[in-house]
Amino acid sequence: MATAYEYDVLVMGAGLAGLRAALAAHQTGATVAVITKVHPVRSHSNAAQGGINAALTDRGDKWEEHAFETVKGSDYLGDQDAVEILAQEAGQDILALEHMGVIFNRNEEGRLGTRRFGGQKRARTFFVSDFTGQALLHVLYEQAMKARLPVFEEWFVTSLVKDDQGRCGGVLAFEIRSGRMAMFKAKAVVIAAGGLGRVFEPSTNALICTGDGIAIAYRGGAPLMDMEMVQYHPTTLRGKGLLLSEAARGEGAHLLNSEGERFMEQYAPNMMELASRDVVSRAEQIEINEGRGINGCVLLDCRHLGKTLIRERLSQILEEAKSFANVDLTEEPVPVCPGMHYMMGGVKTDVEGRCWDLAGGWQGVPGLFAAGEAACLSLHGGNRLGANSLLDTVVFGRRAGRCAGEYAETQPQPRIGDGVVKDGENALKEVLARPETGDTVARIRHEMGCAMTEGFGVFRDEEGMGLAQQTVGSLRERWNRVAIHDKGQVFNTSLVRALELDFMLDCAETIALGALTRTESRGAHFRTDCLDRDDDHWLKHILIHYRPDGPPQLDFLPVRITRWEPQVRVY
Amino acid sequence: MLTTFRIRRFNPEAESPQPYFQDYRLVTERSDTVLDALIRIRETVDESLTLRCSCRGAICGSCGMRINGHAALACKTKVASMAAPDETIHVEPMNNMPVIKDLVTDMAGFWEKIRQVQPWLQPAGPAPEGEYLAPPEAMNHLTGVMHCIMCGACVSDCAALEVNPDFVGPAALAKAYRFVADPRDGNSSSRLRELNDPGGMWDCTRCMECIEVCPKGVGAMDRIMALRAKGIEYGVPSTSGSRHTEAFADIIEQKGRLDEPMLAVRTFGLANLRQMFSFLPMILRALPRRKLPKSGPLFRPIPGIDRIRRLFQRAKEPR
Repeated sequence: MATAYEYDVLVMGAGLAGLRAALAAHQTGATVAVITKVHPVRSHSNAAQGGINAALTDRGDKWEEHAFETVKGSDYLGDQDAVEILAQEAGQDILALEHMGVIFNRNEEGRLGTRRFGGQKRARTFFVSDFTGQALLHVLYEQAMKARLPVFEEWFVTSLVKDDQGRCGGVLAFEIRSGRMAMFKAKAVVIAAGGLGRVFEPSTNALICTGDGIAIAYRGGAPLMDMEMVQYHPTTLRGKGLLLSEAARGEGAHLLNSEGERFMEQYAPNMMELASRDVVSRAEQIEINEGRGINGCVLLDCRHLGKTLIRERLSQILEEAKSFANVDLTEEPVPVCPGMHYMMGGVKTDVEGRCWDLAGGWQGVPGLFAAGEAACLSLHGGNRLGANSLLDTVVFGRRAGRCAGEYAETQPQPRIGDGVVKDGENALKEVLARPETGDTVARIRHEMGCAMTEGFGVFRDEEGMGLAQQTVGSLRERWNRVAIHDKGQVFNTSLVRALELDFMLDCAETIALGALTRTESRGAHFRTDCLDRDDDHWLKHILIHYRPDGPPQLDFLPVRITRWEPQVRVY
Repeated sequence: MLTTFRIRRFNPEAESPQPYFQDYRLVTERSDTVLDALIRIRETVDESLTLRCSCRGAICGSCGMRINGHAALACKTKVASMAAPDETIHVEPMNNMPVIKDLVTDMAGFWEKIRQVQPWLQPAGPAPEGEYLAPPEAMNHLTGVMHCIMCGACVSDCAALEVNPDFVGPAALAKAYRFVADPRDGNSSSRLRELNDPGGMWDCTRCMECIEVCPKGVGAMDRIMALRAKGIEYGVPSTSGSRHTEAFADIIEQKGRLDEPMLAVRTFGLANLRQMFSFLPMILRALPRRKLPKSGPLFRPIPGIDRIRRLFQRAKEPR
């Protein structure tokens, strides 16, 4: 007998956006559950190191400045109505987090202290040493425990389920520990399952960042937006691509080339190392390409910051550099290079997290919500500012959760056909029953990652992108036949990785399609064959709709401009 | 270099499920971590090898396991630091929790104990309009415990838990300390009272293993000791644990060395007849062998006791 679970609101993902959404939905009085493929504190929100932005007016800061710098950072692709909400509501959310128990760094007066971050002139980044994401995530999980929210840990969602009206009616998932499949009925589903970094190799992202939520929403009929906008972080360790926080540069660290020059003087004379991430990553790549790098890297130099500051405020990366690059940051510079880090695009939502448009301006799925890295408002446009992602998760996670709770109250329990669970089980059986071909999931994943990095890196052109797109297409064919060796029901992580790869291939296809469609350079999408930003033709978003029986369908939405007309972007 | 990984495996779906060891020989690089090696085995040799892993950077806490007999994060442990070329590295699932499959353990019990300490901030009154004012040092101090990523390494290797499954354990106690030491929390007194119960802060046997194996430098045992000190400071009802601590210090201050019978009497209380009678067989065995230590007035302070007492006075002075 298949078990059915029923909730008003089901949140997929238990990182910051997911937990924040679940708590907000819970406060509306809705019944809420969280479903996640890993325990909540294993989520990738942990990895955010540097901090969370907010312009607090009692400190002489202005939300308009934060908003403008976010818009400028986005290379004018961010929707300004969403950016305004982000900047206006940041303060209240920082205080709410502090009241929940986050141990934010304090100044001498015992008030919240700040540090500087990239793309911003003012120090408005609140932080907990350099493990801000972890400190926030653990506190939100404390709040989830306090509220006794049911959390289905280590359940893998395979698909979105819609009711007979085409509304979102829940998800189909299996428990990794037992292999048992079940239907989770819900009047509203919030996708907060994070990013898709593993589509690339290497990436700063954890191994669990496989775009599950993005792909599930996409296949379920929700459009994806801005998928060509992939952020490369300027300071990652070569090899596995582990991240060294922007906090290092925020505290004053320098970037040097092989000749010992602070090369950012050439590229961003005012903001130097704290220019936007896309700008710094491009500068580094040019230095490396023109022969002023060291083994494909430039140097991050923290020595002049002093041992005390490094130990107190950069302890995590001090240890990381020691463990993973065998470098003592207090004694010598560490080699770094640009590395894939963040997906600006994702499941298109409005400012309440809805994946459908009340006004009918674009087609989506009623009852489906999204928040966090999986979502695209578009807030970050062509390039996200450091310390805006944590803010995004709490502000828009809260809004999505609240709206989902209120929406659920107006809806009847969804009617779902009987055969759904059986169909889901059969789909898994098909994958498990495939005959041996000699190919492996790991090999396909690796080839996809390398192809994507090659084709959709810091610099792109038509030819390279086309090649990568073809490779992804052929890898899809191989996925359709690849066998799983482990046939067990209990904790079959081979099966999980195969299904994740299926999702990642969908994501890769949409990234390729978006990037080939946008014939200009904007933000992180820099084409050596179309060098300039083209506001006349491309001040718009690319939406991609899934078509089960044909190629994806493209759609466009104009950028929403409230008060900042596009200008030339100089740092 | 060539390294052998001897991995403890367990397949619950086998005909007669029994744990067994399986060897994998692998060429490893200097920079490889144990996690790199395990992933390589999984990707190129044996897809069925099952483990949890995610961040690769010692922040998510997924890949806790025992490596050469001690709990560690596989992603933070270098192969080269665990074995010389041609040597064998032993990899096993964490201890003190049931194994689900291969290196994957069931952490439900771990989380049950975390929940037991009510791990959320409980302020005394309504929140202020702005932030809580808090001394920067107090917040900096808390970052040490907040570094805990709940990987389970300390619980895996806790010697007290191995013999006393009711012990709440080092991870939960470190978490409890995080709130007791938070100037914003208003519930320290009742938290400490709960931790004073059997299974709480006095059940730690101070073996230091949790400090030794913690990949994040949380120092659980030190936090447990700090909790005990706070408990005494807050005047929680005395327990054999707290009386033992106080009597121990008091006797050293008075005598300069340990008066063992007195320590037992003061820890359990003379009125605790059952406990006192339980010592009788030991006393009767010790007497004919002249091993019964002197006690009370017969146990004289050591020469130079004044200096010991001065040390105590200085230690008690506020810093």
